[in-house]
Amino acid sequence: MKTCLVVDDSKVIRKVARHILETLDFEVREAADGREALDSCLATPPDVVLLDWNMPVMSGMDFLRALKNAGLEQRPKVVFCTTENGMAYIRAAIEAGADEYVMKPFDRETLESKLQIVGVA
Amino acid sequence: MIENMAPSGGAMQLIGALLEQRTGQQIAANRAWRIETALKPVLRERGLPSLDALVGQLLGARSGELADQVVDVLLNQETSFFRDVAVLEQIAAAAVAMQAEVGNRRLRIWSAGCSTGQEPLSLAMLFAEKAAAFPMPPEIVASDVSTAALARARAGRYSQFEIQRGLPVRRMVEWFDSEGGEWVARQELVRRIQFRQQNLTADVPPPGKFDIILCRNVMLYFSLPLRRQVFDRLATAIQPGGLLVLGAGETVIGLTEHFTPSEAFRGFYRTAEAEPAPLAAAG
Repeated sequence: MKTCLVVDDSKVIRKVARHILETLDFEVREAADGREALDSCLATPPDVVLLDWNMPVMSGMDFLRALKNAGLEQRPKVVFCTTENGMAYIRAAIEAGADEYVMKPFDRETLESKLQIVGVA
Repeated sequence: MIENMAPSGGAMQLIGALLEQRTGQQIAANRAWRIETALKPVLRERGLPSLDALVGQLLGARSGELADQVVDVLLNQETSFFRDVAVLEQIAAAAVAMQAEVGNRRLRIWSAGCSTGQEPLSLAMLFAEKAAAFPMPPEIVASDVSTAALARARAGRYSQFEIQRGLPVRRMVEWFDSEGGEWVARQELVRRIQFRQQNLTADVPPPGKFDIILCRNVMLYFSLPLRRQVFDRLATAIQPGGLLVLGAGETVIGLTEHFTPSEAFRGFYRTAEAEPAPLAAAG
């Protein structure tokens, strides 16, 4: 079973994502900000991180940069999942090393498709 | 207001017959509910209370505009970018191999039943990424029976949900622009495709011969005799030794002698080397 870490400061979004991911046979972990997510990844790296952009404490971008510098043997795939749907944001995410990008609002098919593209579903 | 009454069997039969007559597609009895569900927006838009009332208007209509709309909404236009991505990558690999065989001749690909355009656009992206293998980008002809689907394909305009289905984000930013909440394929990509309205069961195929024909998830809606006819028609449009690609659940086996499983490309069908005799007349 693959593991997905859902990182979002919205409890509702985490709940919706968890529900979809569990139907896709993922084991789901949650974090409410980038700092919490980084700790979780350093303790036990998941297969994939579903990552919000704007969060308190540590943003999605800062998390991504910190994750790249963390020197993990196998870095989890990172899929941004955000309302920042402008081209400039998407390009910046790709340049920073994101593997995929989900524009909110999303549905099950979108999430499944993006997880397939990064090779974890 | 739409009545909550079951439509008469006659109304359902007539609508099913209209679809079959126009497109060759059949709706199985156990999927008749699709007729009601698909037509609800049409009833609402035209202020009609029931399917029986819609059939009444169809029978009395002076133009075919209502019938066109009914047929368009009944067609299953389910598609996505890079649907069955391994198959598309195999097609690109086959095209590269074929190009090496044919020298400088421009390859021709037909996406038959292209719906709203995601399949030919996916092919165009793949060929563009392999540009070095082709002296000229392969010519892509994309056809569909639905004028509404084709209009959308030509516009190359997709909702946020459609654009995220199957399309990797790097390709999205390379080939699409964001406009007012929608995503629009760049002209340099759309220009690589010729779109045409085409009824596979009735119309003569596009002119010329094709090296690869994709006809995925189309045949399954046709009766067996109609599938035979369509295979005969496709055989007249393909180069000797050309490839036919069907959907995962579709086969030529038992339906045509024109195509046999390809040894080089698993899951694809290859024409016999000898050119098939031309059809006496298009039905």
